[in-house]
Amino acid sequence: MFDVEAIRKDFPILQQQTNGHSLVYLDSAASSQKPLAVIEALDSYYRSYNANVHRGIYDLSEKASEAYEQARKKVARFINAKSWREVIFTRNATESLNLIAYTWGLDNLKAGDTIITTEMEHHANLIPWQQLARRTGAKLAYVPVMPEGTLDMEAYDRLLDESVKLVAFTLMSNVLGTINPARKLIDKAHAVGAVVVIDGAQSVPHLPTDVQDLDGDFLAFSGHKMLAPTGIGVLWGRRSLLRDMSPFMTGGDMIKHVSYDGAQWNSLPWKFEAGTPAIAQAIGLGYAVDYLNNIGMANIRAHEKEMTAYALDKLSQVEGARLLGPLDPEIRGGAVTFTLGDIHPHDLASLLNQYNIAIRAGHHCAQPLHDKLGITASARASFYIYNKPQEVDCLVEALDKAREVFEQQV
Amino acid sequence: MDDFYRENILEHYRNPSFKGTLDLFTHSHEENNPVCGDQIRVDMFVNDEGVIEKVAFSGHGCAISQASASMLMEMIHGKKLAEAKQLDKQDILDALGIKIGPVRIKCALLALKVFKAGAYGLSGVELDEMEDEDDW
Repeated sequence: MFDVEAIRKDFPILQQQTNGHSLVYLDSAASSQKPLAVIEALDSYYRSYNANVHRGIYDLSEKASEAYEQARKKVARFINAKSWREVIFTRNATESLNLIAYTWGLDNLKAGDTIITTEMEHHANLIPWQQLARRTGAKLAYVPVMPEGTLDMEAYDRLLDESVKLVAFTLMSNVLGTINPARKLIDKAHAVGAVVVIDGAQSVPHLPTDVQDLDGDFLAFSGHKMLAPTGIGVLWGRRSLLRDMSPFMTGGDMIKHVSYDGAQWNSLPWKFEAGTPAIAQAIGLGYAVDYLNNIGMANIRAHEKEMTAYALDKLSQVEGARLLGPLDPEIRGGAVTFTLGDIHPHDLASLLNQYNIAIRAGHHCAQPLHDKLGITASARASFYIYNKPQEVDCLVEALDKAREVFEQQV
Repeated sequence: MDDFYRENILEHYRNPSFKGTLDLFTHSHEENNPVCGDQIRVDMFVNDEGVIEKVAFSGHGCAISQASASMLMEMIHGKKLAEAKQLDKQDILDALGIKIGPVRIKCALLALKVFKAGAYGLSGVELDEMEDEDDW
């Protein structure tokens, strides 16, 4: 049973008031709030077993190592990985994607090859491929976004040929909310022998994820968007690819043997985890995964679908509002992006802030997509487990007030 | 805690069995423990009947890694290789007879890993990645 009021009680930050207004937090697509269980996990680590991992021969370090590796196993089960060795801890999805570009990418791409990504990517799943193309001489091609906010699959078919070595796409757009047809994209890419990178930064926190079922080759996501602390992210990779890849960062903990002449790499996943990792944050991620599992990802998706449907309905009735992305909640997640007349989204966000409503305004790290849509910026309200329909009402009410303020000035 | 360095462990450490190298061997493999740099090499001579006729280990390391290597040599010497390959983590821990944490377990199992990697013709990394798959 999904009980949003009970869930809200677990989030201390939602209890606060500013100028008599309760916090209406509608920016979880940027970063989620943290439940007490996660906050306490960090506190407990620092208070009672803070020590470096994989090194110390004393109880504290052993306890820290065990908790850190336990977190990895929780994450592996959460995404149904075949093995915990396929789960690499990084700083965030951005680092995970760069890791692929700088290791697999540089080792495998050359002039004449093609990289395909889409027009709806976050900069994190765009610039690494631009840089990779620049360094290797490979070509970068984009699957167009159609006016209704979905990918042009026919154009994708036309782009696919033997030169395509890598296909990178977001499973859920952080601007349009679109949930892309992952299996179709992946199967078609595999049919021409391309490796597939999935940006799961928006999808993993909100949708059930099964990497074996998806059958992609890499999946990148961030902890902080799924109730965990900042500074911890995940790269899942297919074992056969990870095994042959060069390390990304080098240094301590990622080696098996070192001499003045060279070094041998550690086994997976540690080959990719140089230096002291974000221990507390990883442990926190493990607790976040526990929390999400307790609610159930299918329940979370159902709740967010309801929220999204409600928001799309309410916002479409606001005079002057233009909604971006698909209008069908079945094929989209809870990031609802819009513009309101000619009010600049920054002004809108400032006005909403007066009512303690937090939304995102700007290009949401997807500038080329905004160029394509013919706008410089947009406003985005995004939902998570702790949001309730009344908060959409607050948003709509505040938008009406914003419109009044600006209309009076005209 | 005194229990940790039990007499049998110290005895094997001070007077290890089969310490040295073989001039004539059918298997020789070396691995090290990345955490502390301990290193062990295991040489074996397996005869036509598949019996481990001669064994020797060399290298350097802590009392736990050296004692467990010495114990392992005693366990596999004179055994059929196919049979010796079945030895696992628990056999070594039983021989040591102490409770070992997750870090020191790498010391305790280093010799077993070297022996198995040599016997299967795998690298230590490959062996690592084959094992530990069931315990989660």
